[in-house]
Amino acid sequence: MTQPRTLYDKLWDSHAVHQDDDGATLIYIDLHLTHEVTTPQAYEGLRMSNRRMHRTDKTIAVPDHNVPSTPDRLEKIEDPESRLQLETLKQNSEDFGVEYIPMDDIRQGIVHIIGPEQGLTQPGKTIVCGDSHTATHGAFGALAFGIGTSDVEHTLATQTLSMQKSKNMLVRVDGKLPVGTTSKDLILAIIGRIGTAGGTGHVIEYQGEAFTDLSMEGRMTVCNMTIEGGARAGLIAPDEKTFEYLKGKPRSPKSNAWEAAVEFWKTLKTDDGAKFDKEVIIKADEIIPHVTWGTSPEDVLPITGVVPNPDNFDDPNKKAGISRSLEYMGLEADTALDGISVDKVFIGSCTNGRIEDLRAAAAVVEGRKVANTVQMLVVPGSGLVKHQAEEEGLDEIFLAAGAEWREPSCSMCLGMNPDILQPGERCASTSNRNFEGRQGRGGRTHLLSPEMAAAAAVTGHLTDVRKVVSQ
Amino acid sequence: MEKFSVLTGVAAPMPMVNVDTDMIMPKQFLKTIKRTGLGVSVFYDMRYDETEAERPEFILNQGAYRNSKILIAGRNFGCGSSREHAPWGLLDFGFRCMIAPSFADIFYNNCFKNGILCITLSEEQVEALTAQADGSDFTVDLEKMEITAPDGSVTPFDLDPTRRHNMLNGLDDIALTLEHLDKIKAFEAKQQAEQPWLYK
Repeated sequence: MTQPRTLYDKLWDSHAVHQDDDGATLIYIDLHLTHEVTTPQAYEGLRMSNRRMHRTDKTIAVPDHNVPSTPDRLEKIEDPESRLQLETLKQNSEDFGVEYIPMDDIRQGIVHIIGPEQGLTQPGKTIVCGDSHTATHGAFGALAFGIGTSDVEHTLATQTLSMQKSKNMLVRVDGKLPVGTTSKDLILAIIGRIGTAGGTGHVIEYQGEAFTDLSMEGRMTVCNMTIEGGARAGLIAPDEKTFEYLKGKPRSPKSNAWEAAVEFWKTLKTDDGAKFDKEVIIKADEIIPHVTWGTSPEDVLPITGVVPNPDNFDDPNKKAGISRSLEYMGLEADTALDGISVDKVFIGSCTNGRIEDLRAAAAVVEGRKVANTVQMLVVPGSGLVKHQAEEEGLDEIFLAAGAEWREPSCSMCLGMNPDILQPGERCASTSNRNFEGRQGRGGRTHLLSPEMAAAAAVTGHLTDVRKVVSQ
Repeated sequence: MEKFSVLTGVAAPMPMVNVDTDMIMPKQFLKTIKRTGLGVSVFYDMRYDETEAERPEFILNQGAYRNSKILIAGRNFGCGSSREHAPWGLLDFGFRCMIAPSFADIFYNNCFKNGILCITLSEEQVEALTAQADGSDFTVDLEKMEITAPDGSVTPFDLDPTRRHNMLNGLDDIALTLEHLDKIKAFEAKQQAEQPWLYK
């Protein structure tokens, strides 16, 4: 009898092409997502060594990071470097024969939004992209992880990667999330618990009712931020919700193949008795809306909390870290988080730029006004998300409240396009990283859910969304 | 990739924890389509003020540390994004070796792809080396797997055999993988038979 295996073990075993004596394994890659930032040097490398792509039918290209979110984006991209990078993606895709989704196509959007939306993301696949938030696709029970440009080149040339197997880590959240707590609060609470290096060297599998209760969008938000907990990949076993989401998507299996695929997908779960190297168990009913206060995603607290005081910590590293964060963030120790005023609100990104996120934010701002001290940007994750939102009238709700309704892009998540914070500006952001300078040099980021971001927009400060919607 | 056997040079101490890739290489420098020329931008916000003048208090702006080849860092170094621009910048500055109690996974892998040796040691060992990083030379010997500090003390380290072999010989990963092209094709044929929906 074979040993019980985890979902990660199964995905790994079923993609192993060759294993060296010391464990280095060639893993076959089923889907390679590409964008303009991390591919130019990979194609340059192929050219310099006179190599071709191993095959082109498992790769897709879409521009996202540098794309402006303004309506005139098709006519002009002011920044010459951004323009060159975008043109280079198009040219390389054409030269090598890779399918390319242009900016004026309704399917264009953030690479991690369009993979699932097109049905390219499927259970059981191995998926890579030169972007750490590739972890998103683990929500479908796919082994998905970010890679650097050398590995992008390696994947283009061989459709494989040489890897050492990671360890297995289980994060189980028991019970139901309280009303008003979202998938974003769930993953922020997990990162707060395990720390930004808690998953280093591991692949995390999320188990428990808190995750199975989530929609596919919510599961993607959780898996997306797995990298913020140090693990390259996060996994949620596929179930009926997964199959329902994928059914009828443009690239999902069709007719007879659909039945066969679903039969196979149903086997993609951790066996009873399988061993994890590390386990973390959390109770769902204790998790309330969260927000970050510092410059690392692990610097996170419930909105009812106060800014930490370095004097309360013994570890000198921790003390110094908190002091540095507070100075950068312009915050005083012991200040209540609820009440910290913000200048900007950003709704979007591969973490929270899907239709469900826009609906959630719209529900909070509907019938309310964005505070006159706040600029609110709503940036749909793809052209299809934007279209769907407009069908539902969400754009009207945002515009009536005084928010800006933008075009699909990574936008202010990392500010490679013109959407950046000015030094000292404070932003309530649905994105994934609050690192120093992430959204613009000197910019101060507070990570939170779309609901919480919308609540900050209408009150002008960080606040508990549950108070706002009950008024 | 350049071979790595023995490296002698100045080690810069940077005992901050969780140094992320946005700190190592801020986003405005990710727009290049080249691998080279990023050394001047590495640690940009810590290294330069708002007027782009050097901050004298930053370690890499000081004396011998300007020519550092080794970085002695805090735990979880390189966390965050997968941008290879971070190791490209470090390499272009002149770094060939990183020493820390732990590294983020993607960054660690990216460094080896570019001929930068990452050495993981205990917190205590890293602290001891940091204390000696006064601008004098360290020697990192990958053949012998040991670091010699300025006072002559020797710290052994571990590294997985494949990475060590590839670094010592400056091997091209893609060429190595293409030696298994038959196996890749056989895998594809088998997978296509079993899961035809994965193929057009």
